[in-house]
Amino acid sequence: MTTPKTLFEKIWETHLVREASGEPALLYIDLHLVHEVTSPQAFEGLRLTGRKVRRPDLTVATMDHNVPTWARNLPVTDEISKQQLDALASNCKEFGVPLYDLDSDKQGIVHVIGPELGLTQPGMTIVCGDSHTSTHGAFGALAFGIGTSEVEHVLATQTLQQARPKTMEVRIDGHLPAGVTAKDIILGVIGRIGTAGGTGYVIEYTGQAIRDLSMEGRMTVCNMSIEAGARAGMIAPDQKTFDYVAGRPHAPSGKDFERAVAEWRHLPTDDGATYDRLEVFNGPDLTPFVTWGTNPGMVVPISGRVPDPSSAHDEGERRATERALEYMGLTPGTLIEDIPIDRVFLGSCTNGRIEDLRDAAAVIKGRKVNPRVYAMVVPGSMPVKVQAEAEGLHEIFIAAGFDWRTAGCSMCLGMNPDILKPGERCASTSNRNFEGRQGKGGRTHLVSPQMAAAAAIAGHFVDIRTWEPTA
Amino acid sequence: MQPFTTLSGVAAPLDRVNVDTDQIIPKQFLKRIERTGFGPFCFFDWRYKDDGSLNPDFELNQPEYQAASILVAGRNFGCGSSREHAPWALEDMGIRAVLAPSFADIFFNNCFKNGMLPVVLPESVIEELLARAKERPGYALTIDLENQVVSDQEGVIAAFDVDPFRKECLIRGLDDIGLTMQHEPEITRFETSRNVNLPTTPVLA
Ligand code: SF4
Repeated sequence: MTTPKTLFEKIWETHLVREASGEPALLYIDLHLVHEVTSPQAFEGLRLTGRKVRRPDLTVATMDHNVPTWARNLPVTDEISKQQLDALASNCKEFGVPLYDLDSDKQGIVHVIGPELGLTQPGMTIVCGDSHTSTHGAFGALAFGIGTSEVEHVLATQTLQQARPKTMEVRIDGHLPAGVTAKDIILGVIGRIGTAGGTGYVIEYTGQAIRDLSMEGRMTVCNMSIEAGARAGMIAPDQKTFDYVAGRPHAPSGKDFERAVAEWRHLPTDDGATYDRLEVFNGPDLTPFVTWGTNPGMVVPISGRVPDPSSAHDEGERRATERALEYMGLTPGTLIEDIPIDRVFLGSCTNGRIEDLRDAAAVIKGRKVNPRVYAMVVPGSMPVKVQAEAEGLHEIFIAAGFDWRTAGCSMCLGMNPDILKPGERCASTSNRNFEGRQGKGGRTHLVSPQMAAAAAIAGHFVDIRTWEPTA
Repeated sequence: MQPFTTLSGVAAPLDRVNVDTDQIIPKQFLKRIERTGFGPFCFFDWRYKDDGSLNPDFELNQPEYQAASILVAGRNFGCGSSREHAPWALEDMGIRAVLAPSFADIFFNNCFKNGMLPVVLPESVIEELLARAKERPGYALTIDLENQVVSDQEGVIAAFDVDPFRKECLIRGLDDIGLTMQHEPEITRFETSRNVNLPTTPVLA
């Protein structure tokens, strides 16, 4: 009998290039994703030291953070953004790294296109200079965000120096009630364990509610692991995973695919394997959540109220609550449903996939966006946009009064022209509600796509569980 | 990389918890393609008023902290985005060490890659340091990495832990990539036994 192992341990151990006491482990990286914001200084570092990209064939780049989401035939008007996009193009050319640029029909947010292209597969190690790389863990891969110095390290050596993280099992038992989504699972988890609760851990999500999720939903959950402080989140691969990967451009085919699946079936955590920590949630008890403050842990159920600083656990939290309420322009005790909104943003690597757009479209079909609200949909990738248009979803959004855009990060972080004005309040399907994240002075409330869609129609937050479908 | 051995300097108090990297360096400054020059934009939204003038209410704008090289902050410092622009900005502003009860992982790593030292100290010690830095203008600390202690004029305040490997790299100013490249034969050996079924990235027609 071999010792039972967790999914994490299996991947970690098969990727160790070197392990010596008193040193961090040297981990081999199967896939390195690159985008324009965190890579220029890394390529510059290579140039200065005369180093090459060791494995351009395991590296792939895309443009996402800076790209305007207006029509692709229009030029990028922000000079500095354009400079950064151009720098990526010339770096990729110089170092031989494949690039999906603005002219590519595969372009999109790095964490959306990896899985779409079939590059994200079970059992792999995946890194990117981007904290939401945890998304790819939904396939049973070990995926995490790294800094620019580490990007340079991976480019030069295809390895990463890593201290071995601890493991945490987050188990969601039972089925989710109607109207409660993957987004609500992860907001609920962050609300309980806190934004630093997962620091130092790799989280494996298990349990019935996780098994029930589609691949899109699993990606939403893993995506926000970093918001709980965990660099990686993972979910054991199963038939849904294999079916998602099958037939994608970079997936193995025929006999190779069968062989791959046979190997992937060995990845899930063995019976009897142990984690360093366990957190259990009861799926049927979860509700739709809305963040009220300036970090993703500041979250309450839709039926709740804006909290009172006096109920904080300690002085630091009390002051953080006061500061957040002041920034958000909220009064303690206000019912969440009574908070009016000005903007709705549907998109991002958290909720910009086809299923998210389908779910939102089902909520708004045949209705009109409230006159006080400006709402926009930004598909996570060009293939998502094309698919949505093939299904006629864009017509539903446009008829309701949503703006229908091209792919990119957009107002998730507002590096492109899509930003909130000071004081504007936004129901957003993205992942961070930090001060100024979506524009200086902008007020972000994180919600699921369904909740964002319903808020667009109502002009304030509503409990999606009470939403009447239109005939 | 600039070695880090002993650092003495003014300690600036940033008495806030969960300071995220979006605050340390907001996104509009991430478009630069250089590693340097981020200092003037550090804590931009807190530091400046809408008209571009200094916000007198922001703690780090007080004249006594202008020369600070040590930042004392609340727990979970550096959470959120992986942007290494955060330590670059702090360093460009003159900060070479951050003291806090806890740090977010990626920020913590990024510091070491830039010759900066993040020091984890118990919450009670941080509270005391924050109080002293606020009450005594020009309050200075010395961080001795070799002996792993933080002290002020009156003597040792606390010892701290640091990973021995990282400590060595900081003290000697070692370049990670150069170190790893010494293990090139092991990387090559690993590659030859790698599963051939794994994907490669060339753009497909
Ligand atoms: S969509 Fe947002 S979180 Fe995701 S990669 Fe883009 S900026 Fe980062």
